[in-house]
Amino acid sequence: MTFISRRDLLKRAAIVGAGARAFATEGARAFSASVREPDEPATADEQASGHSAAIRGPLESLTAAEADILDAVVARLIPSDANGPGATEAHAVRYIDRALAGALAASRPAYTAGLAALDRYARSSRGKAFIELAPTDQDGVLAEVESGTAAAFAGSAAFFTMVLNHTHQGTFGDPYYGGNANYVGWDLLGYPGVRTMVSAADQQRLEKHELKTNHKSAYEYDVFTKADKDPSRRSSNGKGA
Amino acid sequence: MSTRLKDTDVVIIGLGAAGGVAALPLAQAGLDIVGLEAGTWLTRRDFAPDELRNNYRGWPQGVQKANQEIPTSRATSSSPTGPRGTIHPMQNAVGGTTVHYWAQSWRLNPWDFKVVSETTRRYGASRVPKGSTVEDWPFGLDELEPYYDRVEYEIGVSGQAGNIGGRIDPRGNPFEGPRKRAYPMPPLRGTAFIDKMGGAARSLGWHPFPGPAAINSRSYQNRSACMYHGFCNRGGCHVDAKNSTAVTTIPRAQATGRLKVVTRAHVTTIEADGDGRVTGVNYMTDGVEYFQPAKVVLLASYTYENTRLLLLSKSKAFPKGLSNNHGQVGRHYFSHHTGAAVTALFPWDTGSWYGLPAQGVAVDDWADDNFDHGALDFIGGGNLWIYSDRRPIGAAGTSTFGGAPRWGSAWKAFIRENADRSNTAYIQKTTLPYEDNYLDLDPVVKDALGYAVCRITAEYKENERKIGAFTQDKMEQWYREAGAIAVQRGPVGGAMGVSTHAYGGTRMGDSRETNVVDRFGFSHEAPNLGVLGASVMGTSGAHNPTLTVQALAWRTAEHLVKNWNAVVDHRSAI
Repeated sequence: MTFISRRDLLKRAAIVGAGARAFATEGARAFSASVREPDEPATADEQASGHSAAIRGPLESLTAAEADILDAVVARLIPSDANGPGATEAHAVRYIDRALAGALAASRPAYTAGLAALDRYARSSRGKAFIELAPTDQDGVLAEVESGTAAAFAGSAAFFTMVLNHTHQGTFGDPYYGGNANYVGWDLLGYPGVRTMVSAADQQRLEKHELKTNHKSAYEYDVFTKADKDPSRRSSNGKGA
Repeated sequence: MSTRLKDTDVVIIGLGAAGGVAALPLAQAGLDIVGLEAGTWLTRRDFAPDELRNNYRGWPQGVQKANQEIPTSRATSSSPTGPRGTIHPMQNAVGGTTVHYWAQSWRLNPWDFKVVSETTRRYGASRVPKGSTVEDWPFGLDELEPYYDRVEYEIGVSGQAGNIGGRIDPRGNPFEGPRKRAYPMPPLRGTAFIDKMGGAARSLGWHPFPGPAAINSRSYQNRSACMYHGFCNRGGCHVDAKNSTAVTTIPRAQATGRLKVVTRAHVTTIEADGDGRVTGVNYMTDGVEYFQPAKVVLLASYTYENTRLLLLSKSKAFPKGLSNNHGQVGRHYFSHHTGAAVTALFPWDTGSWYGLPAQGVAVDDWADDNFDHGALDFIGGGNLWIYSDRRPIGAAGTSTFGGAPRWGSAWKAFIRENADRSNTAYIQKTTLPYEDNYLDLDPVVKDALGYAVCRITAEYKENERKIGAFTQDKMEQWYREAGAIAVQRGPVGGAMGVSTHAYGGTRMGDSRETNVVDRFGFSHEAPNLGVLGASVMGTSGAHNPTLTVQALAWRTAEHLVKNWNAVVDHRSAI
């Protein structure tokens, strides 16, 4: 896919999430396709563990330790399960990491404080680092963070909502921004994809569940200026096209 | 030191919905106009179908002056200021917010112009809500009809007429006032879901109809028909089928050679002389100060900025702010009550991944005074609107209707099944001005240049809350009739926050004791200052304000053309 940088091939590997499961559902096909770029080699760790896992690229904002925690969090928010791949396979953390270095930079301090507080709370309430907890214990910690009942974690509910919203953006947003890898988010929802034209016949096909899914980023349509081009500096004499 | 520019006939502050329309009749009359716009030109290439950018990152608003001056808000003068937003809902660009708005282009209904007299006539004066400062408009719908008609044809509006010259057409809105002729284009197409909702309304005995939209249902004026691609909501149109002023009236005004468009112009103050006449406008571009002298100033910068610029423009003649010697600037403010949401879950996919917010089915049976309020304890009502609009990130945030948590495997199973099965109605409700709801300057918060931002002090009152609950009942009834298996309601009241439907602050009316501008939109105090926008509107009705704003703007501009000498020579009456 054109919008995923080739630098991703050079990135270091990291095992995250709960690993692969055998899927009995249609989600399995999307999952196996989403594990990595076709030309990415499996790492020794993956081969040893037998797990398929998202591969972490160079981080732009988060520290490795923060990314480890966030990887574990998003894997519980939108888990990989019988309903198919989740936030891990979508590379939601890659999306968040890049966004924190750009459009979401204002949220960076909240991640610094929140991820640290989350891990402290995991240790104080469950006796282990968050990433070392079993998934059910991780869910327990997250539920308490969500409800604001996590001790010594001021503002935990707001932190949870922020991370959940950003995880949605990283799972269901346009792949241009680094998440929703291989369209796993859109496929989960049954979204038939970005189009520049939807005819009445297309609408009727959609209503009959016969509309072909279109796996395409908005920015693969070359008629559009990329999102990071700032039009505010355009000539004041310019006239609309 | 400020650079004094060449004199012009008219300077318009803001080339959006209102200023962008007013420029055309002025230019066609041969007046020289300078249009000062804080934003830039945006074109089709700028409008990628990108939900993240449009709906979550505030682009193209993200590069906006407006984001530096987001109003603060609080419910009452004794309540704390609420959390301030990070993105202004309006947009700076040539065309303003018409570039990315929903483009619902409604006329007001006849009752909206006569709330006080009609309520008094039908139910008695005691039924006008206590504490409300509502007045009848200085004219009725019949006065505005020719301007509605002109704008509908100039910019292009799709829709189904319901009342042509008093003859009711059941395909349209039977409650609308008489119109001279049909819309220039047929309505946007339906969908299976929209049609199903229409059928459910009819089976309840209601009168559903397709709503009007400033969007081409077919090719119009050599611009494309709508592509229904699903990114119209806070997105510009990639085929120019959305009839923003940037693709309609502004280029037509430019073609006369009379309109000079100045982009990235950050207006700071309006100057007035010792006689109380305005003399021009101060603005900045890239830190350089300019003074644009003009014989007439038209202020068209949106409700919050209209009030703010007037209050910031203090002079010897206007020590409390321009045109504010009667203390009316900022008064009679209200945010259209569009809360009190109702969301339904259906047991089947609705097919809503494409379409646009202006494509849908409306019911006006419970709006305005279209039903008997004799046994009710409120006046007014709401327009119920069902539309086709869904994108993936938004769909992931769908309520689980108490049936699942909002994350984890149970959520994932829910959303996989139901991502395309919910619908949220848009319900616009009669909202009135009140004595203690107002705009002023925030005493603490400043914009990037150090000028105070606008502060909203306002909350929905009992009448609005009762309409909210009443229309929720009607909406739930409609959803259930169509087969909804779960219905959820939002809170009916609260503070009036920053809104895309913000009214008042420079209200229009005959009395200078209670209004800032006269019946033609010119200041009661500074006679060569006109004000355009919903800031002049004294009632909201139950429908989007933009077409009314545009009809009023055309009317103000036409008045100026016809009365040029009188307006320019008029002695101030301060």
